Amino acid sequence: MKKMMTGALGAFALALLSGTALADDVTLTIATVNNGDMITMQKMTDDFTKANPGIKLNWVTLEENDLRQKVTKDITTKGGQYDVLTIGMYETPIWGAKGWLNELTALDDPKDFLPADVGGLSANGKLYAAPFYGESSYIMYRTDLMEKAGLKMPDAPTWDFVRDAAKKMTDRAAGINGICLRGKAGWGENMAFLTAMSNSFGARWFDEKWHPQFDQPEWKDTLNFYLDMMKESGPQGASGNGFSENLALFQSGKCGMWIDATVAAKFVSDPKASQVADKVGYALAPDKGLGKRSNWLWAWALAIPAGTKKNDAAQKFIGWATSKHYEDLIAKQDGVAQIPPGTRISLYANPEYAKLPFAKMTLDSMNSADPTKPTVKPVPYTGVQFASIPEFADAATKVGELFSAALAGQTKPEDALKQAQDYTTQVMTKAGYIK
Amino acid sequence: MARKQSTNKKIIVTILAWAIGLAMFFPIFWTAVAAFKTESDAYTLPQNWLSTPWTLENFGIVQDRSNYGLYIRNTIIIALLSTLLGLAFAIPAAWSMAFAPVQKPSIAWSGKRWLATIFGTAFIVGLVLYAMNWDLTNHAVIGFVALVIVTLPVTLWVFSRNTTDALLWMLSTKMMPPAGALIPIYLIFNRNGLVFKDWGWVDLTEWNLIDSFWGMVPLMMLLNLPIIIWMLYTYFKEIPGEILEASRMDGASVWNELTKVLMPMAVPGIVSTCLLNLILAWNEAFWTLNLTNKYAAPLSFMISEYSSPEGQFWAKLSAASLMAIVPILIVGWFSQRQLVRGLTFGAVK
Amino acid sequence: MATSHSQSLGKWALAPSLAVLAGWAFVPLAIAIYFSFLRYNLQNDNTGWMGLSNFYYFFSDPYFLKDLINTILLVFFTLVISVVGGVFLALLLDQPFWGRGIVRILMISPFFIMPTVSSLVWKNLIMHPVFGLFAAIQKFFGAEQPLDWFASVPLLSVIIIVSWQWLPYATLILLTALQSLDEEQKDASEMDGAGAIAYFRYIVLPHLSRPITVVILIETIFLLNIFAEIKVTSAGGFAGNLTYLVFSQLNDANDIGEAAAGGLIAVVLANLVSYFLVRIVGKNLEA
Repeated sequence: MKKMMTGALGAFALALLSGTALADDVTLTIATVNNGDMITMQKMTDDFTKANPGIKLNWVTLEENDLRQKVTKDITTKGGQYDVLTIGMYETPIWGAKGWLNELTALDDPKDFLPADVGGLSANGKLYAAPFYGESSYIMYRTDLMEKAGLKMPDAPTWDFVRDAAKKMTDRAAGINGICLRGKAGWGENMAFLTAMSNSFGARWFDEKWHPQFDQPEWKDTLNFYLDMMKESGPQGASGNGFSENLALFQSGKCGMWIDATVAAKFVSDPKASQVADKVGYALAPDKGLGKRSNWLWAWALAIPAGTKKNDAAQKFIGWATSKHYEDLIAKQDGVAQIPPGTRISLYANPEYAKLPFAKMTLDSMNSADPTKPTVKPVPYTGVQFASIPEFADAATKVGELFSAALAGQTKPEDALKQAQDYTTQVMTKAGYIK
Repeated sequence: MARKQSTNKKIIVTILAWAIGLAMFFPIFWTAVAAFKTESDAYTLPQNWLSTPWTLENFGIVQDRSNYGLYIRNTIIIALLSTLLGLAFAIPAAWSMAFAPVQKPSIAWSGKRWLATIFGTAFIVGLVLYAMNWDLTNHAVIGFVALVIVTLPVTLWVFSRNTTDALLWMLSTKMMPPAGALIPIYLIFNRNGLVFKDWGWVDLTEWNLIDSFWGMVPLMMLLNLPIIIWMLYTYFKEIPGEILEASRMDGASVWNELTKVLMPMAVPGIVSTCLLNLILAWNEAFWTLNLTNKYAAPLSFMISEYSSPEGQFWAKLSAASLMAIVPILIVGWFSQRQLVRGLTFGAVK
Repeated sequence: MATSHSQSLGKWALAPSLAVLAGWAFVPLAIAIYFSFLRYNLQNDNTGWMGLSNFYYFFSDPYFLKDLINTILLVFFTLVISVVGGVFLALLLDQPFWGRGIVRILMISPFFIMPTVSSLVWKNLIMHPVFGLFAAIQKFFGAEQPLDWFASVPLLSVIIIVSWQWLPYATLILLTALQSLDEEQKDASEMDGAGAIAYFRYIVLPHLSRPITVVILIETIFLLNIFAEIKVTSAGGFAGNLTYLVFSQLNDANDIGEAAAGGLIAVVLANLVSYFLVRIVGKNLEA
């Protein structure tokens, strides 16, 4: 305790000393996720600081789960460590509605943003976070293996076709697995995939009265289908595979099909990183004939916490990072394929970009996802592969662990569903949704 | 005959010991190899592992991607400063315990004193709460109340103990599971927490203990203080008190006694204490993972960021790991004999 | 021996350490106790008194029992491995052989590796089911589907990693203790022609009993709080322990109240152990 008091006194003294010197330069602290596109952004900042000499940028780059936890804790305790946050479609509507985010005012042509992004990043009709890149999910498949199996991938396949094709492509002796899917526990990992998949099976997280639905047959069908398919044609160790693990598998030629984020196309079609770059085809995420496909909708977006004292500089920065000018910069340096996808209508109208094999499929997938009507039956929440309530992250993390354990063969699917139901019920009861 | 037998035995022991030793060391060796491979070679097992070309590019990538320089600087700052700060507290404490132990405490406990303490504490708590308008959701108030309720009686109690009890009590603070303290510490360290907040008359919210050396150094010091005190104590106890006594007879002041007589004899003990503390601080992972992001983030945090990057990353992970462990590994090798005492709280020498 | 002057000075020399440690030990604890009675979710505005409900929810969390058992299993098996292995290795290293110093260094090294490094290296380079070293070995012996360590046996995987780190510790301590065994005593027993087993049973083991106790107790304290190995390997769902459960209550659920309640339970558990440890160390102090 004594230490802290000395700390306080020392800091107090320093604050008095430095109070005058701080006035001119503004240093923005930006919390961001360690994805490839964000790392690229950090390398482009010279362009921004040259145009705005008074603003310095300070990056805090974190791994995705870490970022979520730290940013959430910071904003909820009003810690104020960051001036610009990288958040997603899950947090933005919740925090925006609570008044924890500033409305964005200095954006470059906000009408040009894809409607799907704007819908997912708004609360009460106001845009609280600017999309940096957006994604949906689709099937990436190996054209050569598909041919070898004597099949042709339709543009909009069904789950039964996918399962059958996966079985035929699997050649365990040659190390080829018919299908690679997420299995690593986490609400942004396996639950993103499984929730989106369950939508196409007609399942939902909650009914209109917020009662969890894991005891319903739709979830049972989803989980069993997923587990059976992975048993038949999935890779070894699937329960530990998230996005990056599957990417490594696909790039090294060990997967026949992979259903995952549309941004992955950039990496699997990059001949420098991928051994199968010229043999990849794309198709919409499968459905079950119920009118909903199993693709999700997500965007990483930039937002400003309400407490910051550097709002103007932060607004300027977000305007720059999500502008068309930024897209041009990237296109000039790395080529059009490396432009952060899924945010602007104009990008997809650009004929050079539209030539890319995955461009149209990405746009179609994003447009077909509807956060307000994610599944067949009505739901009280918004969000395709999540429900945008604060309690979802907790419940889905635990449910994700249960399903991951079921995939690993540690629990039976019935038990996993039962425990998922129990846990989610408890969470919802504790939070006061279920009276 | 006997000699032959013992030679045979020696050969067997040699083979067995080397086999186990190499097996234990193998993961480290394996990491070191992978650090000098290209990504795709690092993923290819096992045929072309030792035959594929070696490369240094991973180290460049790690520096480029995670700014290794920053993290090792932070690690060294935290480890060194917390050790020095710890010594500043521990040397007087260990000296006092070894050479001026309290056999009979001057404050004796009685029912009357207990009652007085309880009522006194309640009175002060009431006063603080009244001054703060009974606002129980205010973290600063919670902190003050906690401080008064707990530290007042406890400090009184601790001061009424004899030296052995005090030593053991210090040790027991090391047993406190960090999980129990994480939330309060997080909220205390927070910009709007106990210390740095807008007090009305002065705004300290520009200052923050989370992810800063102001927070991490004292924290790391407190974590290891019991071990430092204990280790120093066991060393000091071995110095015969008569020497100090003699110097005192010669009219040396306490200060001289401490610096001229005690210190030179205690240097080996202090050095090995420092080494142990350095190793513990270097490898600490609970608090650093939870309380730092960048400015004060040490190497263990940097490595944890490699838990799920994009695509193939083993060679990069290995290179980063190697850079994180080599310095402390070398320190460890040189100090292993001295570490035993600190690691057993002096129970094994 | 000590004069009253140095006695009073001694008290003041001790005071700063006692004061900061008292603050460190008790202020967080008091705040945690206070929070454990609150309904306090960071993402929710309705804060209020909750009585004992936080404890109720923590106990009825489906993960609580599992994680409690995991905690105990993790501590128990790591102790067994490190103590049994440690005695064996200490006896081995106590023999004269070529390259003793180097082998000693090789064997002690894992203890100096930071937990985040050892977990990631083991998880990826060694235990990975497709590209890992163990998988390669299994394939070499003709296994078609190598064992997927973290999926099939998550707790065992964590135990292996943790044991790898703590076996050297036990070895180092026990070896040091063994070396203090009187040379004459060793020679005498050899003269007597006492069998190796009898020698071990009646001379070595009694001599090691105290160091073994110390190793067990100190390791228990550290092993109860294993965290990094579980977090960075993402094994929390399967092999989580109480520390991890508290962490996930705080970070995934943002539930300060329940996390505080869980933390207090961990404190109680650790105090049960520390009670014995402190007594034993205290006895040694007097001896």
